[in-house]
Amino acid sequence: MSLLSAIRTGDVTELPSRRDEDWRWSDLRGLVRTMPGLSSGFDGEIPAGRFAGLVDEDHVLVNGGELTLTIGAGQSRTLGLRLISRGEGRHSTRVSINLEAGAQLALLETQDSDGASLVQNTLTIEMAVGAKLERVLLVDDHAMAINVGQTTVSLAPGADYGQSVLTSGARRQRLETHVSHPGGEAQLRLDGAYLLAGKAHSDQTTVVTHTGLDGATRQLTKGVARDQARAVFQGRIVVTEGADRTDARMAHHALLLSDQAELDSKPELEIYADDVACAHGNTVGAMDEDALFYACQRGIPESLARAMLAEAFIGEVLDRIVHEGAREAALAWASERLSVAS
Amino acid sequence: MLKIDNLQAEVGGKPIIKGLSLEVPSGEVHAIMGPNGAGKSTLSYVLTGRQGYEVTGGSASLNGEDLLSLDPAERAAKGVFLSFQYPLEIPGVPALTFIRTALNAQRKARGEGEISAPDFLKRARSVAGSLKIDFDMLKRALNVGFSGGEKKRMEIFQMAMLEPSLLILDETDSGLDIDALKIVSEGVNALRSPDRSMLVITHYQRLLDHIRPDRVHVLAGGRIVESGGPELALELERVGYDKYAVPA
Repeated sequence: MSLLSAIRTGDVTELPSRRDEDWRWSDLRGLVRTMPGLSSGFDGEIPAGRFAGLVDEDHVLVNGGELTLTIGAGQSRTLGLRLISRGEGRHSTRVSINLEAGAQLALLETQDSDGASLVQNTLTIEMAVGAKLERVLLVDDHAMAINVGQTTVSLAPGADYGQSVLTSGARRQRLETHVSHPGGEAQLRLDGAYLLAGKAHSDQTTVVTHTGLDGATRQLTKGVARDQARAVFQGRIVVTEGADRTDARMAHHALLLSDQAELDSKPELEIYADDVACAHGNTVGAMDEDALFYACQRGIPESLARAMLAEAFIGEVLDRIVHEGAREAALAWASERLSVAS
Repeated sequence: MLKIDNLQAEVGGKPIIKGLSLEVPSGEVHAIMGPNGAGKSTLSYVLTGRQGYEVTGGSASLNGEDLLSLDPAERAAKGVFLSFQYPLEIPGVPALTFIRTALNAQRKARGEGEISAPDFLKRARSVAGSLKIDFDMLKRALNVGFSGGEKKRMEIFQMAMLEPSLLILDETDSGLDIDALKIVSEGVNALRSPDRSMLVITHYQRLLDHIRPDRVHVLAGGRIVESGGPELALELERVGYDKYAVPA
């Protein structure tokens, strides 16, 4: 069962349900009573994206489609990828990106929707020896949209992959990343940030599989949920037999700003090798009322103080974005989201 | 001028301030001394509007304007500044950003325009210099990883930048070594001005060697039980607070 087959066939019984342990907090079967029709083509105007002006070239898919991008050996590019949903239909996209040896890519990606669409985006990334890729994904979904993203990354030795997934959620949203990590000199940074308000839901699920010696992973996800929003974080790190001396760190920290906001979190380490350093930290808390009073006593109105403290909380993740322009766009996005919400 | 009249306040349903009256004219520095549990810190929180400190009677005004009906940020914009006994750490917000946000929020509340970035930085540099604060420290997250002395210096820095008309110093000397105490006291003394009232809350007379008060009040059992000149502080240092003990 998968969303992809449900989109293809239009059969709701194909949707992932809470019976599947991995989907228990992001049930689609119980949510969708009838499948929407297939999305139609769109030839209207598309406004500039959040990363406009930062990329060499924009690749735009509206209401589905397929795309393959190859960055040749030793080349260096900054590319925009925009996955846009218009209307209330169902569709899927499939994008493949191949980086040849020593290729470098900054992938600045946005996903947005303007209605109750049902979408699956599949992204496959293959990185050859010494290739380097930074992906910054900013998701601006409609409150009624359902969006499932599945990203699969395969690293070769010496490859360097960094990812920052930033989202404000949707009616139901699942952003999955699976990484196959060969160890050696390959580097992996997997980050996420969510700013959820209203009834938004967002699920960031990651699976990193270390299969070789001396692999390192750094993972940091932080988020803020207010109103009746629901955040889900599932992070799994698997260290297979023989992947000795793996060093993997996973952290997830959440702020819940209302009594009705909810967080479901499941960090998992599965270790079948010797001499490994794996750690996970997972915290959830409310806003520090003492710090809030301190800021107000200095003259900062409460709503502004709350936004400032939440922005600072998320800032730790955004500061790790290497691409300067993308980092600034991400900070602007967070600031905008928090001032709208406060 | 700060005017407090028959103020009563409670915390968690327990009365702490029980009919406190006090006037601090502009230009004067008044010290409040008293034993542990007398209500000294409670008074500072009641005046600044902290949640959980409930006023049950009386009034407090600054330059004729009622304070008790305002929220904490509005009181700050009217000129109330509390130097915290334990200044909070604000992770992720550089000190300069925090203070500039505060300054502009106060100016906005008073109907004034924002201060320009160059003007702000110029002033910040000059104030930091006089308080022997390394300017690079102001680019770090406010108070995060700062020593006790650095945090207190940051309080004085904020005071000097925000130019309040009522300064409340809550146990400013706690955790300071003698050099830091001197720097902090000099900073406070430099802020003495004919249009500013200061309320110095302290356990010990030591701080008052450096910040000379015009009047000294003894707070015990939620009331001012004695007032006098600077010599009262010296006497308290000698005889202690026993004679003000409130029967349980």
